[in-house]
Amino acid sequence: MSAAIETDVVIIGAGPVGLFAVFELGLLDIKCHLIDILPMAGGQCAELYPEKPIYDIPGHPTVTGQGLVDRLLEQSEPFKPTFHYGEMVEAIEVLGDGSAPLFRLRTDIGKTITCKAVVIAAGGGSFQPKKPPIPGIEAYEGTSVHYAVRKMEAFRDKHVVVVGGGDSALDWTLNLQPLAKRMTLVHRRDDFRAAPHSVNAMRDLVASGQMDLAIGQITGLDGADGHLSAVDLKGADSSVSRIACERLIPFFGLTMKLGPIANWGLNLTENLVAVDTEKFETSTPGIFAIGDINSYPGKLKLILSGFHEGALAAQRIHRYVYPEKRLTFQYTTSSTSLQRKLGVA
Amino acid sequence: MPSITFIDSKGTSRVIDAEVGSTVMETAIRHKVPEIVAECGGACACATCHVYVDEAFMPIVGKPQAMEEDMLDFAYDVKPNSRLSCQIKVTAALDGLTITTPDRQG
Repeated sequence: MSAAIETDVVIIGAGPVGLFAVFELGLLDIKCHLIDILPMAGGQCAELYPEKPIYDIPGHPTVTGQGLVDRLLEQSEPFKPTFHYGEMVEAIEVLGDGSAPLFRLRTDIGKTITCKAVVIAAGGGSFQPKKPPIPGIEAYEGTSVHYAVRKMEAFRDKHVVVVGGGDSALDWTLNLQPLAKRMTLVHRRDDFRAAPHSVNAMRDLVASGQMDLAIGQITGLDGADGHLSAVDLKGADSSVSRIACERLIPFFGLTMKLGPIANWGLNLTENLVAVDTEKFETSTPGIFAIGDINSYPGKLKLILSGFHEGALAAQRIHRYVYPEKRLTFQYTTSSTSLQRKLGVA
Repeated sequence: MPSITFIDSKGTSRVIDAEVGSTVMETAIRHKVPEIVAECGGACACATCHVYVDEAFMPIVGKPQAMEEDMLDFAYDVKPNSRLSCQIKVTAALDGLTITTPDRQG
């Protein structure tokens, strides 16, 4: 299914820098759509360290990752950005030229968006599930090895092995246990990060013999033609045992990969997108890169650098979106027109 | 300055003078030691600076705290001498430490 959308700017990445770019572009009457592979805004701040304090945001002696994201969402709210969560931009087609850029973006679910400028604010890249270092695991991916549960029915009457000690691992262990022929949870230590009530529920099922808990790390897979039959488990004492397994679901958290951005024909420097320091524009006019994803002499990977980069990029983007209009620089403290846009005047 | 030897998964070793007060991760990144990624920049929020500590130094370096132990769940091939290098502060006592890096960090 595909829906054709038209807008001024698409921002790839809804982390702190992408969110602040909505604000800076909004002040210049530029409408934005944001696309992020995560199911929520905030990027690394929300996914990696929501509870951890950040001490180097100007004007905030201390703010948590999630706290900063919440405030940035509030700040960009007057400009009504549209969010597309759980999607990744796969391809960018260049339709215009350097004087009048126009792009068509396609996401991994087939959605297309046409826009006059693209802002890549993708941080460390897109979050993807980490794969355990088990030799030959690729041969079973999609058939017997899954990094997320899409349809529970696919696990009915199967020997299921879930790996991990966090909430995802425990929640899916408990959800799939009633369906599975036999459920085994594998974790490297007998101590779990997951919520205590799910850990207790799992231990009750183990105590009553309704599922198994195995402490150790999976070192090998056995099967044929993409169909798994057993896994090898190396215990804490280095002894290896074999567990029947037709479906393996490893939950090893997420990692960041540059992903499709590498294929968009942009000049890259050590896996980062090269930009100038006047407009933060890439080698393709109309495509900008701000925040941790970009590279230029003297670059510092700080959130505040990304804010600055977004403000400067917005100035050039205004010229692409409104080629006929002259941009007059204004302050939010004194400009009634800016204050009206913010809904405070 | 305490000297730390980093041995990568292919067996290449690099001897580096570390600054007291910095972390083993920062020392590695500053000297472009391969196989240490440090995605989160030292917040103990990922597991991409995973290293193996020389057994002889384990009593000095110590065991991971609870938060680090949680993050180690995301590392590959965790061993009893596994640590996240962002959580190891460089002190004079670490002079002569050998750190081995795994062949992948996720």
